[in-house]
Amino acid sequence: MSHLTNFEVFLLLSVLKVAVVLVITLMSVAYTVLLERKVIGHMQNRWGPSRVGPFGLLQPLMDGAKLFLKEDLMPLAVERPLFLLAPVIALSCALVSIAVVPFGAVTTVHGVNIFQVADINIGLLVILGITSIGVYGIALSGWSSNNKYSLLGSLRSTAQVISYELALGLSLVGIVLRAGSLNLRTIVESQSAHGLLSWNFFGGFQFVAFFIYLMAAYAETNRSPFDLPEAETELVAGYHTEYSSMKFAMFFMAEYGNMITVSCVATLLFFGGASSPFGHLIPVFGGQVVQAILPVLWFVAKVFGFLFLYIWVRSTLPRFRYDQLMSFGWKFLLPLAMANIIVTSFVFAVRR
Amino acid sequence: MQLALFIIFGALAIGGALNLLFQRHPINSALSLVVVMMSLAVLYWSMGAEFLAAAQVIVYSGAIMVLFVFVIMLLNAGEEERTHGSRAAYSVGMPGAAAIFCLLSFVFLSERHALGSVNVGGYLSNLGMDNISQVSSMLFTKLLLPFEVTSILILVAILGAVVLARKEQ
Amino acid sequence: MVPTAYYLVLAAILFSIGIAAFLIKRNVITIFISIELMLNAVNLTFVAFAHMWNQISGQIFVFFVMVVAAAEAAVGLAIIISIFRTRQTLNVDEIDLMKS
Repeated sequence: MSHLTNFEVFLLLSVLKVAVVLVITLMSVAYTVLLERKVIGHMQNRWGPSRVGPFGLLQPLMDGAKLFLKEDLMPLAVERPLFLLAPVIALSCALVSIAVVPFGAVTTVHGVNIFQVADINIGLLVILGITSIGVYGIALSGWSSNNKYSLLGSLRSTAQVISYELALGLSLVGIVLRAGSLNLRTIVESQSAHGLLSWNFFGGFQFVAFFIYLMAAYAETNRSPFDLPEAETELVAGYHTEYSSMKFAMFFMAEYGNMITVSCVATLLFFGGASSPFGHLIPVFGGQVVQAILPVLWFVAKVFGFLFLYIWVRSTLPRFRYDQLMSFGWKFLLPLAMANIIVTSFVFAVRR
Repeated sequence: MQLALFIIFGALAIGGALNLLFQRHPINSALSLVVVMMSLAVLYWSMGAEFLAAAQVIVYSGAIMVLFVFVIMLLNAGEEERTHGSRAAYSVGMPGAAAIFCLLSFVFLSERHALGSVNVGGYLSNLGMDNISQVSSMLFTKLLLPFEVTSILILVAILGAVVLARKEQ
Repeated sequence: MVPTAYYLVLAAILFSIGIAAFLIKRNVITIFISIELMLNAVNLTFVAFAHMWNQISGQIFVFFVMVVAAAEAAVGLAIIISIFRTRQTLNVDEIDLMKS
């Protein structure tokens, strides 16, 4: 590596990081679908998919092949540019947010931090911004389908997403107050002092904010119990009625990609990210490689816990009706988030 | 390379603005404006205004333009037609805009040596704080009153919008 | 190193395209959109000058312009909705008299 300049090393390692993260995210999306089907199946006292491979592990590959090979219909009266653009916007916004998430502790190889793709000073705002842009994928898909039911479904879903974005943003202010920065690396490091007790959920007393964040995130990703716009029994299939084969697969992947992003952000902000819950109680063991891999394993375990929670809530709770959903977002979550900000800033002001 | 960043996103912004001008359906104009706003966000970031770039994406193109797109979809008024009024406006509007552009760019280009140059990515390094600390330290100490007044302004705007858009019963 | 004048000329181009769109278009919503384009061009000018003079006031002004533009867009679109409800058209040539 000594014959390449610093910049070329940086470029090469960045491209490598992006490729690895992208491949892992896409594989996770496919296997999250399988996880959901198995977990919901077991909760409903039946096996999920279990025939295709051992324990159904090859099911996502077969699903992918099926979606590829299906006929790609495009109705005559759709607006073609927007019809083709909408799933692209949805999927790319779901995948880009992973770029600012730190997976593990700070580990530099040749001067490049390998467990985070981009260390941006305003990382939290980048995630909020990309969530805001993802709304266009939903809005444009309903509009370009040239279909009453798709348009209604997409307008409902757009209104739901932008209503809950406010509560989502406000619930994160308490964490920013505690960490003193919007940088995700700084937020993770402010929770690594004493293991379990210094995580924002326990030691930072942000459990109200966590509750608000969870509800708002379920509504943002259009998942149960807020999945009225895309339920099969309402409005045909909502905003992706007219999509088939690859474009439908992109919407599907975008939904599960959003789930994974939300779980990653929740572990970073409330549960300490890559720090272990035992803190300094366990002595340092193993070599450098083990010490680098261990935080990543903790991070993956926590994200897995959140995905399980998502699926558990889906199989347990009934759906909200649309007016109940909107009044819950505006009349309950938003005032609660503002009250959380006031109480948190009061506590911080008194402590100083 | 910094010049390449400016040229690519500047050309994208101008292309979006021209598309806004020449499209007939309002939804295409609204989406072109979203493209303009995102490329302006990149230009703000390149000048060190990170908070403004994020605010531009979150507030302007992620909320205000969604409102525009929502209203266009709800009202669904269709494409514009060529009427007598629009042809008259063409003959006045295009020369007028061109005249304003020529005046402004003459003033800017004749002073270009006095204006200096932009260090792309350079931060306002007055106090060693990062951009968002500087913005917030001024906004919450010296400019607290305007900040609170703008929140009241937004409250008034919300009430006004709800009252105006309500169906009469 | 990009001269500041280039950013200002870009803002001038966007502003004049906004003026042209404001005068030419016949749909009320598109006229509103061109107003937002003009505001964005002015924001770019403010940020460029804030960078040139190394002061934060330009960026604070842009913040306030964004807030005011949001409030204005909300109220303006509400007015447009109520106009559409009564006149059933969005063409400015047909809604230019107080008497319907």
